[in-house]
Amino acid sequence: MRTSFIAKNPSVLVFLLALASFTIIVTILSEGFGIGVISTSFIKTLGKTLCLCLIAVAMDLVWGFAGILSLGHFAFFGLGGYMIGMWLMYERTRLIVTEALMQGQIPPTGSEVIDSIGSQIFGVVGSNEFPLIWTFADSLGLQLLLVVLLPGILALVFGWLAFRSRVTGVYLSILTQAMTLALALYLFQNDSGLRGNNGLSGLQNLPGVEAPQSIVSMWFFLASAMALGLGYSLAAWIVSGKLGSVLRGIRDNETRVRFLGYSVEGFKLAIFTLTACIAAIAGALYYPQAGIINPAEIVPIASIYLAVWVAIGGRGRLYGAVIGAGFVSLISTWFTGGQAPDIPLGFYTIRWVDWWLVLLGLSFVGVTLFAPKGIGGLFDLLKKKEGKA
Amino acid sequence: MSTLLEVSGVSVSFDGFKAINNLSFQIADAELRAVIGPNGAGKTTFMDIVTGKTRPDEGRVIWGEKSVSLLRMSEAQIAREGIGRKFQKPTVFEGQTVRENFLMALKKDRGVLSVLLFRPSKADHEQVDALAEEVGLLAELDRLAGELSHGQKQWLEIGMLLAQEPRLLLVDEPAAGMTPEEREHTSKLLVQAAKTRAVVVVEHDMEFVRRLNCKVTVLHEGGVLAEGSLDHVTSNSAVIDVYLGR
Repeated sequence: MRTSFIAKNPSVLVFLLALASFTIIVTILSEGFGIGVISTSFIKTLGKTLCLCLIAVAMDLVWGFAGILSLGHFAFFGLGGYMIGMWLMYERTRLIVTEALMQGQIPPTGSEVIDSIGSQIFGVVGSNEFPLIWTFADSLGLQLLLVVLLPGILALVFGWLAFRSRVTGVYLSILTQAMTLALALYLFQNDSGLRGNNGLSGLQNLPGVEAPQSIVSMWFFLASAMALGLGYSLAAWIVSGKLGSVLRGIRDNETRVRFLGYSVEGFKLAIFTLTACIAAIAGALYYPQAGIINPAEIVPIASIYLAVWVAIGGRGRLYGAVIGAGFVSLISTWFTGGQAPDIPLGFYTIRWVDWWLVLLGLSFVGVTLFAPKGIGGLFDLLKKKEGKA
Repeated sequence: MSTLLEVSGVSVSFDGFKAINNLSFQIADAELRAVIGPNGAGKTTFMDIVTGKTRPDEGRVIWGEKSVSLLRMSEAQIAREGIGRKFQKPTVFEGQTVRENFLMALKKDRGVLSVLLFRPSKADHEQVDALAEEVGLLAELDRLAGELSHGQKQWLEIGMLLAQEPRLLLVDEPAAGMTPEEREHTSKLLVQAAKTRAVVVVEHDMEFVRRLNCKVTVLHEGGVLAEGSLDHVTSNSAVIDVYLGR
């Protein structure tokens, strides 16, 4: 059965081989495990890009295949990041605080340690009490579970309410965007329990790990590559069978699928929730590499970028989403990082830091109008040429 | 013969316009029935009510031996109960192959998990082949449904309905836009299908109805105007006035 799946989907094999070669080459060139050509900060950029590719795969599943244009998947991504960030921050603060208190004459009591951690973490928002949502922050296992559980439950409840009322199309997009905005605005508040606009920081430091960042960054890079490989294979397997047929059917003609006896709402809810969980896992791998997460990461524009990546890469073909996310986000880093040379026109100088968004917007409009299949459409052209030759 | 579907005293109005007015209708197992009537007589609304797309303001819709009411069920539940519907415009999944269209329609567990884990067995492929042969699409199985001709799409949709193994088939204007040969093929398909299940055909074209050679129900202004053989209803003076006389 496994062989027949790979045999029927050669693009999965090609993708996994390409990903593996990329990973091996980067590892050889890295500072941590290799000859040191690629800097640690660029390893982090590449690792983060792999996480963005993973959420793009999730977006393609829910939008490209099932036709649900969600503008909320970055909220799930961010929540996943927050959940792992809570443990990272708690545990690291605990180690530091315990060490400091040990310097004293009398060994600290448990509640002294907790109070001290509380004031360290929440002092910045004028509090020293642990909010309820930090209940499990001392347990890595439970926080890891929450990475999937919390966004999953949010997606399940939101999706159930939206889909059962048969909200579709642009109205659903607006609804998901409203959810995202509401979540971001809530998290911006100081008493939200997640440090308001300060967010969580210092996430790049793994508590109790002495290894330098050059090594830690490689761990996360490799984990991200593995997650992308697994996520891609899972997505490809899901859409290869009858479920893929039904999802594309829902995208193209929801009513017809309903009259075939499929409960369209159930299928939408399942794929919405599953992709929310994938997005959350991607976020949990992303933010320890970014080092910091704050509510600005969740604002709706992030989810809109996600849709733009998938559209530019080409919807409904999975690898298109990966190409779109990888290509656009890396280029975006290059342009906005000030590395792109400015273009002096004499009377005006084009600074890419400012003009990049204009370029991105124009290419999105261009792709939508002239190449609705996106970059992935080029592969169709190649295939056609091969077929003719 | 036992009654399979019983619609009684059903009314529905849209913004004050009574689309269906105290309509009653019965059909038995393995019966072929043609429903005719002028535009706006309520033919499509009638189908919408039976398939759960429209909720009537009053009346009952009773189904099967156990006499369950269809009014509380969703479209998907009604479809799973065994009522298949073919729309006026051919609606097949154009971006997928004919085979995928058939496989999606095959009568199987419709739950998300069983759909995810479903892999067609040899028997399933044979069933698809048999259905494709029956509707004349055996040679087209691996083509995209969007590439088919108008008539072929209609047949694919009829084939998909048969794949659902429904006990009642509702068919909305199957012959519209077809060539005379295609019409003949279609009428044969429907007559054949009605040997093992109930089939309701909504049609404008009298010639096509004559070919079906079955009991006819004439709808007018949301109610039943006449019922009987085609010759019987066409000699009915009320029918001549509202429909044939135009």
